[in-house]
Amino acid sequence: MPLTKLPDAEAQCAELAELIRPHLQANTVLVGIHSGGAWIARRLRELLELPSEVGLINVSFHRDDFGEKGLHRQIKPTSIPFDVEGRSLILVDDVLFTGRTTRAAINELFDYGRPASIKLAVLADRGGRELPIFAEFCTWKPELGKDEELVLEPDATGRLQWRRAEHA
Amino acid sequence: MHKPAPHIPSHRNPQLNANGELNHLLSIDGLPREILTQILDTASSFLEVSDRDVKKVPLLRGKSVFNLFFENSTRTRTTFEIAAKRLSADVINLDVGRSSTAKGETLLDTIDNLVAMHADMFVVRHAASGAPYLIAEHLQRIGRSDVHVVNAGDGRHAHPTQGLLDTYTIRHYKKDLTNLTVAVVGDILHSRVARSDIHALTTLGTGEVRAVGPQTLLPVAVEKMGVRVFHDLSEGLRDCDVIIMLRLQNERMNGALLPSAREYFDCYGLTPKTLALAKPDAIVMHPGPMNRGVEIDSEVADGSQAVILPQVTFGIAVRMAVMSILAGN
Repeated sequence: MPLTKLPDAEAQCAELAELIRPHLQANTVLVGIHSGGAWIARRLRELLELPSEVGLINVSFHRDDFGEKGLHRQIKPTSIPFDVEGRSLILVDDVLFTGRTTRAAINELFDYGRPASIKLAVLADRGGRELPIFAEFCTWKPELGKDEELVLEPDATGRLQWRRAEHA
Repeated sequence: MHKPAPHIPSHRNPQLNANGELNHLLSIDGLPREILTQILDTASSFLEVSDRDVKKVPLLRGKSVFNLFFENSTRTRTTFEIAAKRLSADVINLDVGRSSTAKGETLLDTIDNLVAMHADMFVVRHAASGAPYLIAEHLQRIGRSDVHVVNAGDGRHAHPTQGLLDTYTIRHYKKDLTNLTVAVVGDILHSRVARSDIHALTTLGTGEVRAVGPQTLLPVAVEKMGVRVFHDLSEGLRDCDVIIMLRLQNERMNGALLPSAREYFDCYGLTPKTLALAKPDAIVMHPGPMNRGVEIDSEVADGSQAVILPQVTFGIAVRMAVMSILAGN
């Protein structure tokens, strides 16, 4: 089914929080993948009233296409403001596609210690996996053409919204 | 989305590839502001990597970086080695002073042999100004522009990563460069650090850059580099935000440029008294190795305004940024 109207991303964040809530443990922390996942992780932390600050991860240094694409121009540093050792981590991203970004993020997290578990939460799972990766928490499974892309971004008031874009 | 093709002048900068991206880092002179900013921004992301449990990212995994130091250096060679290792590269340090070069092999023959060993990057220090250029041109000639060259100091010409790490340090402590007054003090004539610092600072739009030193230790027409010249230390330091002290390069000094090290200290040494002429929050930098009691007083070198050791830490992040940007282009 072609996408006619894009869903409300803020409502999806609330829905995602409720999917996660029953699985929360005392040692659960959220880690958002730059940049969309970082915004969602902050929303989820508020909605779930988690005490621990969210971690932010930038996978640029762990990407598997560095050899072809080089380094991204604007790299925000990774910041993991808690001890990863033994924690239950929930990795948060906006769109799950090939799974390569998730793979890079998992690799990077292990450089900080050995977590008890890592689960994946995304707003959108568009299929097309190239690696054995699965999102335990997901609110939306859109069908997109190969050249289509979903972009999550805040509007002028800071509300998250979806935009459709064509691949360059 | 297509970016417009960058304008490429007919005399192409040998450091840039056909897309205007950095392919070798040979000198700050001639590099556009955007590339300097890109390196500094990338370095700030790498700074955090050194605080991790596992101080490594896999960007240069499987790549071979050859350290070719034809001139002695401990700090620069070590920080390049650490930077390459934190990027997961294999690092090979060649003791060139005692190997083939000593047996009469030419520089370019050495390079050809290392390329045959599948080198991906050369980090080169050489006493002859221009040696890294020679290597970069040779690589282009033999069709191996995919092998990158980083200048780690050539003669009196350039030491670009030092220029970058110094600017990084200033940006770290002072944020905006446009309103700053920066004094570069000492033996500017023999200093590749001073040249790279001045080019980096002026390219990035620093408010005022001063060259402070005796006439005999300033290059002819130094003001053409965009600096204000001072021969009197007190005048030169007045109201400065940043003071970069240079090492008095004893080993480069031939001829009577100075009466004595003692007299140099009396006229140009940075002491608590002369430092007090700069702004109260001025920072003091030095590329090392320091000659205590020659260009800098111990009390200043160990004092609260000195950021000499943070410079070393930032140097690793800056070199990681340079090597990963080169390897990605």
